[in-house]
Amino acid sequence: MTRLLPLCSVFVALMLAGCAGNDESWHGKDISGLMPELEFQLKGTNGNTVTPADSEGTIRLLYFGFTSCPDVCPTTLTDLSRSIHQLPEEYQDDVTTLFVSVDPRRDTPERLASYVNFFGERIVGLTAEEPTLRQLTKRYRTTFGYDEPDASGNYNVSHSSAVYVFDRDGNARLLLRPGLSPEQISEDLAQLAQESSP
Amino acid sequence: MPVSSYLLPYDFSPLTILSFVLVLGFYGVALLKMPEQDRPGSGRIVTFTLGVMLCYAVMQTRFDYYSQYMFFVHRGQHLILHHLGPILIALSNPLPVMRFWHQKISPSVRYWLQPLGWIYRLLQQPVIASVLFVGLIYFWLWPPIHFDAMLSRQLYWIMNWSMLLDGLLFWWLIFDPRSPALTNALGYGKRILLLALVAIPQMILGAWIVFSRGMVYDVYEVCGRAWPMPPETDQLLGGLLTWIPPAMMSIIGILIVLRRAMHEDGKFSKRRSLAGGSA
Repeated sequence: MTRLLPLCSVFVALMLAGCAGNDESWHGKDISGLMPELEFQLKGTNGNTVTPADSEGTIRLLYFGFTSCPDVCPTTLTDLSRSIHQLPEEYQDDVTTLFVSVDPRRDTPERLASYVNFFGERIVGLTAEEPTLRQLTKRYRTTFGYDEPDASGNYNVSHSSAVYVFDRDGNARLLLRPGLSPEQISEDLAQLAQESSP
Repeated sequence: MPVSSYLLPYDFSPLTILSFVLVLGFYGVALLKMPEQDRPGSGRIVTFTLGVMLCYAVMQTRFDYYSQYMFFVHRGQHLILHHLGPILIALSNPLPVMRFWHQKISPSVRYWLQPLGWIYRLLQQPVIASVLFVGLIYFWLWPPIHFDAMLSRQLYWIMNWSMLLDGLLFWWLIFDPRSPALTNALGYGKRILLLALVAIPQMILGAWIVFSRGMVYDVYEVCGRAWPMPPETDQLLGGLLTWIPPAMMSIIGILIVLRRAMHEDGKFSKRRSLAGGSA
């Protein structure tokens, strides 16, 4: 038994270490290791090219939508901006929202600019030609599709309803599914900001 | 979109293409080189090729795109990978081809391949095989697992390949052309029992999906659908595809095995009476 004692203590230590490493709990879905890191090259609202380097060191919230979106997109963007406002002051500038329009035919840079400005300052409106968007959505295992236009030319667009959260280093970390409250999102973002504050 | 892009893979997988090329290549070479009397007839060759090509089509064409973003298409994909494709391949009886290549393997290599044979025999234990068959369906359709599998490219490929390989193992066990009277292949009664037993949990799962009020698989909502379709419709169709066709395939399988058993019935008793006569 005495010979087994060191072994037991090592085992207990390992178990405690295992527990300590596991105390991270999130409201969103943990997608660490399931998805590739943040990478894109898109068009900004003033015609410039935008890459992840432009928001380096911040937590990035990637969301696909379109400006004519009747309910899901405005609700999500409002929730995101509210959750960022609830963060501790020091972290409020550490979160960048990337709104990628998957409807480039209707969403001109001007239209996109006025849309995102409505939801706050640290939100970037982005879009690109359809093939580029297809590549980006494929990278994050999501897609979008268009309905037939109605008589007045309006059409519905199917798109992801989740928000992809990348940490300061650009690693995919969380997927915020619809149904989370701004408070819950805020807690997740604070925890993420804390673990790697610069 | 040009027609060719429907035939090109959505998610190009060199390993998958290589595997299919090798399977068809080995089959073709064996056909050309094997003695005339062993060679399968044209009907069997067509059945085999059709089964293989169906599996290829759902993995490496535009079909795969729709399977990733529509629940009901995904269920159709698994129906082919886990049922229809392997059923056609097993029914085509590629045993002569396998025997041909088995003879070509040198004894020393055969020695090193032995562990594969042990794993194969373990997986073909009737209880293990049927638990694995149903278990894999339940495992990949377990909502949290399903969510991860649809998000991670790696898990997605593991899921599809595990379904295909398990489908081949199970249906080969069921449609093994060797007679249980002459070899140690599984008895016909047991085969029928397995087919009936695996049908029940699949029907329960399918019915549960069909009658679920809420969204069981929200990953398709989260990741966007290939086209705007009401989520309830998608889930209903997917549930029906999990429920009805697999049950039908079990019944067809039972009929095929019954027919074979009846055909062999006479032969078997004649052989036994002959043996009895000489004793």
